[in-house]
Amino acid sequence: MTTNASTMTAKTATQNACKLCTPLGACLAFRGIEKCVPFLHGSQGCATYIRRYLISHYKEPIDIASSNFNEETAVFGGSHNLKLGLKNVTQQYKPQVIGIATTCLSETIGDDVPMILKDYKAIMGEADLPTMIFASTPSYTGSHIDGFHTAVRSAVQTFATGGAKKNMLNLFSGMISPADIRYLKEILKEFGMPFMLLPDYSQTLDGGPWGEYHRIPPGGTPTSAIADSGSAAASIEFGSTLEAKKSAAGYLEETFGVPRHSMPLPIGIKATDRFFALLEELTEKPMPEKYEDERRRLVDAYADGHKYVFGRKAILYGEEDLVISMAAFLREIGVVPVLCASGGKSGLMKKRMLELIPDLEELEIQVREGVDFVDIENEAKVLKPDFLIGNSKGFTMSRKNELQLIRIGFPIHDRFGGQRLHHLGYKGTQELFDRIVNTVIEYRQNSSPVGYTYI
Amino acid sequence: MKGKEVMDTQNISLLEGRQKQVYEKTAGAPEGDIACEKTSLSGSVSQRACVFCGSRVVLYPVADAIHIVHGPIGCAAYTWDIRGAVSSGPELHRLSFSSDLQEMDVIYGGEKKLYKSLIELIDQYQPKAAFIYSTCIIGLIGDDIDAVCKKVAKEKGIPVLPVHSEGFKGTKKDGYKAACNALMKLIGQGSTEGISKYSINILGEFNLAGEAWIIREYYEKMGIQVVATMTGDGRIDDIRRSHGASLNVVQCSGSMTTLAKEMEEKYGIPYIRVSYFGFEDMSKSLYDVAQHFPERPDIMEKAKEIVRDEIKQYYPEMQKFKAALTGKKAAIYVGGAFKTFSLIKALRTVGMSVVLAGSQTGNKQDYKNLKEMCDEGTVIVDDSNPVELSKFILEKEADLLIGGVKERPIAFKLGVAFCDHNHERKIPLAGFIGMYYFAKEVYESVMSPVWQFAPRKGGVK
Repeated sequence: MTTNASTMTAKTATQNACKLCTPLGACLAFRGIEKCVPFLHGSQGCATYIRRYLISHYKEPIDIASSNFNEETAVFGGSHNLKLGLKNVTQQYKPQVIGIATTCLSETIGDDVPMILKDYKAIMGEADLPTMIFASTPSYTGSHIDGFHTAVRSAVQTFATGGAKKNMLNLFSGMISPADIRYLKEILKEFGMPFMLLPDYSQTLDGGPWGEYHRIPPGGTPTSAIADSGSAAASIEFGSTLEAKKSAAGYLEETFGVPRHSMPLPIGIKATDRFFALLEELTEKPMPEKYEDERRRLVDAYADGHKYVFGRKAILYGEEDLVISMAAFLREIGVVPVLCASGGKSGLMKKRMLELIPDLEELEIQVREGVDFVDIENEAKVLKPDFLIGNSKGFTMSRKNELQLIRIGFPIHDRFGGQRLHHLGYKGTQELFDRIVNTVIEYRQNSSPVGYTYI
Repeated sequence: MKGKEVMDTQNISLLEGRQKQVYEKTAGAPEGDIACEKTSLSGSVSQRACVFCGSRVVLYPVADAIHIVHGPIGCAAYTWDIRGAVSSGPELHRLSFSSDLQEMDVIYGGEKKLYKSLIELIDQYQPKAAFIYSTCIIGLIGDDIDAVCKKVAKEKGIPVLPVHSEGFKGTKKDGYKAACNALMKLIGQGSTEGISKYSINILGEFNLAGEAWIIREYYEKMGIQVVATMTGDGRIDDIRRSHGASLNVVQCSGSMTTLAKEMEEKYGIPYIRVSYFGFEDMSKSLYDVAQHFPERPDIMEKAKEIVRDEIKQYYPEMQKFKAALTGKKAAIYVGGAFKTFSLIKALRTVGMSVVLAGSQTGNKQDYKNLKEMCDEGTVIVDDSNPVELSKFILEKEADLLIGGVKERPIAFKLGVAFCDHNHERKIPLAGFIGMYYFAKEVYESVMSPVWQFAPRKGGVK
């Protein structure tokens, strides 16, 4: 069987990476905690580049403090800089929380951040200090998504307390768009059960105009809610490759016995059904009529549009969990995701995909972890897909090879409104489906000799 | 609609350790220099980047070389094709290469991986040269990148140039130096045959949105040969023979003065500082070069003709912009301070005054000049941050902020117009036509009706 035969040759250098570094993910997660300032322990450039990168997608101010290492710091350790930095950022930003993430620099010199923080608290007196969350995020291990999950888990470890069970749910939704977060909150509200969603950057990274400069943008998951997460009735955690031992829900289950329900990102009808079924089970309430309607409309749209997409070939790339869930959705509508690629490297991607797409190998769908855009482009030349689905970083490849690119996920910095894109639930799936169908129609229309006006 | 938000802008105090870097030009203001040229205060959320950034910015537009970032993936990922530097030919600079170090590489050293990466990339892309940027972690684990570069250069027969740009080893300015060092190794390696006596190198011009082409055309029209542009639309072979030029014309003086000085020392090539922003400075740049060749009065004649024709072409439109913009106030926060001088003049051309002028990397002389140049009430600031910038923008009631990507959302959040004057710009702002584009963009930004909805203008909160 020639399944998954690859044209990719083993190469050493990464050429146009399909991933970002660990601290970026941590900063993003910290931005979803109320009154929290992200703080990178390392060189100034790390904070600046990450700020610049996040700003290009979210189009919001994103202040990330840094301990600004210099040569002396690198030799003698970052303790002094970290303490001074924390003092300054506390004075200027008046945060309730500081989310501290390490970089490759501070990790390599072996700064013991928890010890430095202990020392800092002893000097400053704990009473008025912001709470400090610490995430170890050396950028030579994993990618941005690992940093994201590490920060979420650290936040829960810092705040969660046990105690009598409360009638509430935890939702760890992973690295999704602010629009998706808002939609999930709406769904949970309509089920009527109190909940804690972490991280919630739906407002902090997609908010309104300001009359003054908000040193910390309004919004974010309240720390009191994170504290309650240890006594919740259950946790739902999105992410096919996110293992319990690395996740926030895993920590809560192990430490406080909060049952962890892990599932793929709810994209597509089947996955969304599963999410709603879980909510029905946990809240003991039926799905609100509104979502029944959304689902009905989506099924109707699937029927209306099926001929445009059946058998079309797509190349899909991005974070592993997003790719896995998108692939399952594409199979629902008859598209073959001929290559499912990620710069991430959990080692679990193919296994998880086989669970959702049992005929993966018969369809000769390639699943690739740890690849870059040059790998993907080489493969695209052989596989000749009808379109690409992924973030903006595929633009160069799409332009060069005259392949249409449907932008999803992060980062989207060559289009407007990336932070407002829906991907999840019936509504998100509806929007994705419409875009895919329209992409195919537009291509046909443009290449048609008559340029038809009715479809 | 909620009630009026409490303005806490007035309560923003400057951090201790930053006070000497901020100056307000008022009657009672203290004398003395503005503190500058020092590393950023820890925890101050500086808008600056690092040494690596400085090197990357300068060398980035060399289009027929490969640029390899030695370190974990972040530094390469965040600098993939982010500059507006365009090329008329090869486009190797728009790719992002990294040795993508993993934990084991950090423990056992990354030299072997770098070597393999280099060989592989050179074989695949056949570049004219390779620049190897060492990042923070390389400085720590002590990889001997010079040795690897030497070895690969010998094996592959192309220059393989180490760029010592470890992020923590100073400021962005030290990165400029590292970049100039790498360029200096190329200069003098090529033949100077066919180079006219009436020739220049254009230094510190990065061909953002094709600006180097605009400038180059002016000089060529004057009868001047342009040997190399460094590094906009840069080519290794041109750089190698650039020591054959008669004059170095330096725009971004912060980044390229080091190189100009070294070329003067080693090859006896004099240099002048110029700016291509605004009618006034652009014209002066042409005149200054013409003056360098007094034996050829035709060059000066041609320069005058260009200035006359160009300004005539854009004058009527400029008057329209000026009529609308007169009395509006601007805030400037850019990388290099020299750019600020030009921007102040350019803004005056369209009737605007400047209420805040700042830079990431200005030196004492720059700030002295700014103090003289600015109007009463102007705030001058070195190495600022979002909190300070927003405070001054609001206090001084600016209508426009000029800055880069990191400053843009600050302006927009506060309902203030914004104009990009950083490396990401997609519209050329240099040259006479650039001034027209600049004025047009300022006009379209400041006069947009969208600001009526901003809370500070009484819009809905």
